Amino acid sequence: MKFSRAGSEFERVDLMMTPMIDVCFQMIIFFVANMRLFTPEGDFNVTMPIAAPREGVPAEAQIPPIKIRLRADAEGNLAGIQMGQRPLRSLKELRGEIRQICGVDRGPTAISMAAEAQLDFDANLRYEYVMDAVSAISGFLASDGQTVIPLIEKIKFGPPGRAKGALP
Amino acid sequence: MQIHKQQMFNCNPDMTPMIDLTFQLTFFFMLSLNFSSDVQSDLVRLPISDIARPVEGAVEMPITIQTLASGMVLFGGDQMTAQALRGPLQREQAVLAGLAGRYRHGGTIVIRADREVPAGKVQEVIRVCQDAGFEKFVLRARPKQ
Repeated sequence: MKFSRAGSEFERVDLMMTPMIDVCFQMIIFFVANMRLFTPEGDFNVTMPIAAPREGVPAEAQIPPIKIRLRADAEGNLAGIQMGQRPLRSLKELRGEIRQICGVDRGPTAISMAAEAQLDFDANLRYEYVMDAVSAISGFLASDGQTVIPLIEKIKFGPPGRAKGALP
Repeated sequence: MQIHKQQMFNCNPDMTPMIDLTFQLTFFFMLSLNFSSDVQSDLVRLPISDIARPVEGAVEMPITIQTLASGMVLFGGDQMTAQALRGPLQREQAVLAGLAGRYRHGGTIVIRADREVPAGKVQEVIRVCQDAGFEKFVLRARPKQ
């Protein structure tokens, strides 16, 4: 049997790389053009029921809301914090008080899940202070600096307050 | 004069590293691409919170309202006052009410307010949303770096 020599010859196949590289570059340009740099954002849930609170004797298991009042000075800076009738020096102290109430050390407790905080503030108070207070009420960072231990989850805003210096 | 015969070089550059790099760039941008429909305006500087963490899971039917430092509201690409928000929100609520299933109870209002805005303005926005029938609110903050 005779084998032809021509059949055993290898043919060099040149791949056309140019179109593939073109497509790759076009894809890169597409992705670069569509890339939007998002900064991560965190959420705080606030419940604001529409219905007015029911009159009458509250349920036995219902814990009355912890009332926190933030006062502003004329420039909108935080001028005072009040929890119930007691004045507090700082938001750090507020967080400490909330921790004591909830009895939270290593995780959420029944009280922290059932408790409710009502935040009242002057209308001209800068929003960042309100969010600082919401943070102080909502939780704290564990010793590892990463884990968030929740405190009060149910937060509501009180009725709109007057701006400092505004007429009644 | 003696003329040397010009030598011809067959120049075939090695394309493999370039293609590797191109593929790596493509994959990087593919993975970095964000198809999220989150509304984020650069005009709003969010308040910073030490315990704010990126949201796990999607907010149910989010309706984003952004409050600028001036007190004006940014909604659906339009700038308006808080009171002017009433009409668009009622339309949103009407659409949600028409939907079957879980969305019948309304969406979640996501509030992105500037840290400098008077809190009363945010409260006004919340009041308008309540009037339109919304009860669930989410306040957005930026995690502390």
